[in-house]
Amino acid sequence: MNVAVKATSSSNRTGYKSFELGSFKFSRDEYFVYIEWRSKKGRMTHYMSADAFLRAMMRDVAWGFFYYQVNFDHVFGTNNLYGRVQMFAGSYNETFKAQGLDLIETFETPQIMATFQAILADWTNAGFDPFAAPAETTTDWLGKKHGNNDTAINRQRQVSKRMVGLPGDTPIRTDANGYPVNRAFADVDQSQPEIHAEKGYEGRVHGFNLFAHLSRSDVTWNPSVTSVCKQSLFCPTSEEYILPIKHGNDRVEWFIQLSDQILWDVEDKATGRPRAKVVMKAGDVAAMPADIRHQGYSPKRSMLLVWENVNPRIAEMHATGEIPPYPIKF
Amino acid sequence: MGDFVTVFGSLGDYEKGHIEIINDDPKNYAFSNVFEVASKAKPYEKVAVGKNQQNLIEAIRAEGDSPWYTCAHDEFALVMDGEVEVHFLDIAEVDRAPKDKEGNIAIKGQPKGKKMGHVVLRRGHQALLPANAAYQFRARRPSVVLQQALEGENTIYRWSEICLK
Ligand SMILES: [Fe+2]
Repeated sequence: MNVAVKATSSSNRTGYKSFELGSFKFSRDEYFVYIEWRSKKGRMTHYMSADAFLRAMMRDVAWGFFYYQVNFDHVFGTNNLYGRVQMFAGSYNETFKAQGLDLIETFETPQIMATFQAILADWTNAGFDPFAAPAETTTDWLGKKHGNNDTAINRQRQVSKRMVGLPGDTPIRTDANGYPVNRAFADVDQSQPEIHAEKGYEGRVHGFNLFAHLSRSDVTWNPSVTSVCKQSLFCPTSEEYILPIKHGNDRVEWFIQLSDQILWDVEDKATGRPRAKVVMKAGDVAAMPADIRHQGYSPKRSMLLVWENVNPRIAEMHATGEIPPYPIKF
Repeated sequence: MGDFVTVFGSLGDYEKGHIEIINDDPKNYAFSNVFEVASKAKPYEKVAVGKNQQNLIEAIRAEGDSPWYTCAHDEFALVMDGEVEVHFLDIAEVDRAPKDKEGNIAIKGQPKGKKMGHVVLRRGHQALLPANAAYQFRARRPSVVLQQALEGENTIYRWSEICLK
């Protein structure tokens, strides 16, 4: 699908283009991104540091708008309706909403995707990798436009059909295929399991080192699918610094902390009011209920197993109250 | 920057996190720790630590030989601590789980079948438990396995004992 993106020519002063999608306008300068919309009460302007905006935009694009809600911060974000996407400002912020200052608009997915990709491509300078932890990249996100970093922003999320390493499926990460061990996981054992398959059973008797695989992830906060049990997906990821978005799910999501620790801020999904802090250490398991949004803080690069349910009816079951937002009653 | 220490847990050495409530109920998070669960479990009890409809994650204390199991769909086993062998047999159709049945079933005694092979898993290693094969875990010392499974007749629920309240 070829979609026209509404963009200005590059600014004479900063070199960046400005963009429009629906009633929303996007522009940036040396430090900040500006989002404008028209509310019932008049023009509204929201601003974010450009690095935070680009890190959030990178996740929204790479995840294909993910499971339901991606909040760039307490004001701006998207809802995935799986085929169409809503873009909003203030709609899930208690005060903006109560004061009638919010706006939410719905787009066909290819249209918003093309616009977001164009913004990301124009506003990401050479040298800045929005997927990387701050310690691994530069401050090239700031200043006037200088080059681009298409290689970094066009990485494809690895999605296994059955399991990593099976013939025809996602390959095991190695130095040779471009996945060296991350500096923060230099002490992680790189051995592969012993596989003793009898003749004719190669490919059915199979295993791989998941922790080594995660130690070689070249991105942060970007789940890949590694094993598939019907509608149950293991989506592990390596995390460092702050999850660039607040994720508001339309289903229950589970976390299994495989190494180190992550601190989670949990807020009410509709209003943003704080609800809890969840401190997860190696071996901890916790559910993230379907009525919250969450944002993680990982002091050291850590391994997190995100566990998803891709039942195509589950979002509707939660939305209609057919099943509760909390997975376990005890 | 060679000074990073990656912290994994084990049966003998784990630290459980916690929840700081602002305006919520800790039970909503069903917060447990797989090493704590396995340290209090009997060998090969399949204790649910995560459940999303019929989808399960079970924490298993692997110690000695497990029963043989089989399942009509793929499952997966991830070793979180210790060392676990998984042995596989290609069993006849009559001995397999019914085609549409979700979750694994235990097989009584030693099943008959052609040897498919085995894998040796250490911490961080994950194995495919392929649909329709019979499989058995063997561990010389207490180890911990996380199984990606579906709810079945072998699943044990003890949420009120394992979760933060
Ligand atoms: Fe999430």
